[in-house]
Amino acid sequence: MSLNYNNPEFVIERDQDKCIECRVCARQCANEAHFYDEDLERMREEDINCVNCHRCVTLCPTNALVIKEYPLEYKKNSNWTGGMISNIQKQANTGGILLTGMGNPTDKKIYWDHILLNASQVTNPSIDPLREPMELKTILGRKPDKVEFDEEGKVKDLPPQLELETPIMFGAMSFGSISINACKSLAQAANEMGMMYNTGEGGLHEDLYPYKDRTIVQVASGRFGVHQEYLNAGAAIEIKIGQGAKPGIGGHLPGEKVGEEVSKTRMIPKGTDAISPAPHHDIYSIEDLRQLIYALKEATNYEKPVSVKIAAVHNVAAIASGIASAGADIIAIDGYRGGTGAAPTMIRDNVGIPIELALAAVDSRLREQSLRNKVSLVVSGSIRNSADIVKAVALGADAVYVASAALIALGCHMCQKCYTGKCNWGIATQNPELVKRLNPEIGVERVKNLIEGWSHEIKEILGGMGINALESLRGNRLMLRGIDLTEKELEILGIKHAGE
Amino acid sequence: MRGSRPTEKIMSGCAISGILNRRGKCFSGKEIMDSIALMHDRSNGLGGGFAAYGIYPDHKDEYAIHMFYDDLEAKEKVDYFLNRHFVILVSEKIPTREVEAINNPPIIWRYFVRPDERKLSESGLEEDEYVAQSVMNINANYRGAFVVSSGKNMGVFKGVGYPEDIGEFYKLEEYEAYLWTAHGRFPTNTPGWWGGAHPFTLLDWSIVHNGEISSYGANKRYLEMFDYKCTMQTDTEAITYLFDLMLRKHNLPLEVAVKAVAAPLWSEVERMDDEEAKLVKSIRAVYGSALLNGPFSIILGHKDGFLALNDRIKLRPLVVAEDEERTYVASEEAAIREICSKPEKLWSPRGGEPVIGLLEGRSGV
Repeated sequence: MSLNYNNPEFVIERDQDKCIECRVCARQCANEAHFYDEDLERMREEDINCVNCHRCVTLCPTNALVIKEYPLEYKKNSNWTGGMISNIQKQANTGGILLTGMGNPTDKKIYWDHILLNASQVTNPSIDPLREPMELKTILGRKPDKVEFDEEGKVKDLPPQLELETPIMFGAMSFGSISINACKSLAQAANEMGMMYNTGEGGLHEDLYPYKDRTIVQVASGRFGVHQEYLNAGAAIEIKIGQGAKPGIGGHLPGEKVGEEVSKTRMIPKGTDAISPAPHHDIYSIEDLRQLIYALKEATNYEKPVSVKIAAVHNVAAIASGIASAGADIIAIDGYRGGTGAAPTMIRDNVGIPIELALAAVDSRLREQSLRNKVSLVVSGSIRNSADIVKAVALGADAVYVASAALIALGCHMCQKCYTGKCNWGIATQNPELVKRLNPEIGVERVKNLIEGWSHEIKEILGGMGINALESLRGNRLMLRGIDLTEKELEILGIKHAGE
Repeated sequence: MRGSRPTEKIMSGCAISGILNRRGKCFSGKEIMDSIALMHDRSNGLGGGFAAYGIYPDHKDEYAIHMFYDDLEAKEKVDYFLNRHFVILVSEKIPTREVEAINNPPIIWRYFVRPDERKLSESGLEEDEYVAQSVMNINANYRGAFVVSSGKNMGVFKGVGYPEDIGEFYKLEEYEAYLWTAHGRFPTNTPGWWGGAHPFTLLDWSIVHNGEISSYGANKRYLEMFDYKCTMQTDTEAITYLFDLMLRKHNLPLEVAVKAVAAPLWSEVERMDDEEAKLVKSIRAVYGSALLNGPFSIILGHKDGFLALNDRIKLRPLVVAEDEERTYVASEEAAIREICSKPEKLWSPRGGEPVIGLLEGRSGV
């Protein structure tokens, strides 16, 4: 084997005066970046193994540790950056595809940050959510154009709907990509907060059946873990066509993460890579999608709304319109910054479009075709805070999926190494030693706190606008203004510039 | 000055008032003028107007089209349009008198028309829909022309000025109606536009409105899906269309439409029995985008009576009173006492609680 040309990404700085050699760092680091040197009788570090997940820094009892970017200065070059060079060296070593985890980190415009919100002054009183009712309840599902009454004058049943207490759901994350303790934290938090969580394409572990009323079960191209009982176990079904982090390809669970439980839940052999086909092999066109939507509705007696999730790609508006007419009750759109447990780096960083533009285009198109009121629209990828949610709803979304933010609440520090299965926080791993680090009881509280905090913030912002029900914000783009955007961007977003 | 149609949404505060004779007896416009005049300080001279029902008994089966024209050229174009699509039975200037405070009015015209039989049957539309589409067509596509009202046996008289001056200008004391509504306007940032004064109308529906609708952006885009074009840059237009959509096009009972625009709070729904909760929830799920948010009080007038309604947390005033024959509504109690010093009943309806005044023998608006 030739020389490994790769250099460390991070450098671990240990203050030897502070270090008491308790070795907690060594025990906590699944990447083996810390070790005790018996000869020197002190702790040492293997920088090249460090992924900068902060586990050791957080747990070090004497604050002796600092992780920094490795100060390796390539000769200044805007084209051949350090990242580009090290990627090539990695591939020259292995001949493989560059893999990565979590959402697109590249330095492209984030439209949320170029949108500003309105507030009332004088002519219209702002409403104080501490003293007045403020309603965030959100109802997802197919709606008729008008309510109908039977001969006795009683209102006829609507198609099945999901009722959310806040316009937030946990986005699809499979058992396999994340640990059972992470799944339990999300499922129980969803249950207690009146939200939904989503199984991803990992099937439904038996420990999660108690939360079925708050479960969206996903059917993806690999059909992992899909059976009659599974379909009927959730409150809604989602057909996953695509994902923002990797449009055009299927899911990928490395064999390292397929242990006993994952194997049983997914109905695949232990230790095998679970690689979903790029397309659904029964969906080669929009009419095939319609057949699958109705097959799933048949299988569940028309009692559950069916969602179709797609990645935000160039002609997303036309696709969404087709999905609406194919019979979907909910359309979920995942932007190019959406997270993932594992994706090829080149695809994650280069394929797809921003969710803000996709959402605006889809909402406008569905309105032009008088379809918008019939289907619900859910967006994701990425929602980072409550203001992003308010902006998404004002652009036209009914609700959002959050996933990365929920994992951060559980302890994720965004090291982007989910695909290695060595998550030191017990989230994106199946190693029992690591999994038990995440206490689901604490996890539930932390995730609930996040959603509670965000919901309070949404209410404050709504009240400031003089609105006391979320419906009045939906698609209300007059509440938005752009800053530092071109005419074309404003046109696509359907908003005015600040000052107009 | 006549003003021009604004390009952005106009915010305004206001006074509203209404009187219904439940027995259908017609009475002169003098009382409604006295009532709205008492609330002089709630408007700023940039808009006033009245809706009157029952004023054209001799033409009660024809659509009374009240128009504003900026110039004769606009009138000629609309005359041509109306001639092609309608049979015009009467075409005349609406009588006005010189009033010092009223300046530079547009050309104010009225027509009594019937849809052209052949065009109507070719269109495949109901008569009302045919008229509604014509009205929206004129408002959206004919520069310098504005349809003030388009119902049967009713009309709207409005303009830039204090409402009492507008009433005098139109000689409203000479008209007799069984239902009058009135409006005094306090816009914040506009020189005033004759078309922008209230009431707003479509067919028999007229709306006077005090408040600002913070849900306007959502309501407007919802209405566009049902082919309503909101071109007037006011909340009131959107409210008018919402009621037209639900009551006329969707044929919903009035109570259902009210539960859409002023939906009961979810905390109230929890206390309802199953059947009512199901109804309210269904309405909210389907008509969430029709919910009116923000401070408002409105009077929706119709040939059968009126509906008065506050926003659901009562951010604008509204008082109701009754005597033997009449029902009164107004922004202020004093505006009722001014014309009926000792009503039998007088109360402030709660937020979101509809007050429905009907002619005797009519079951619903």
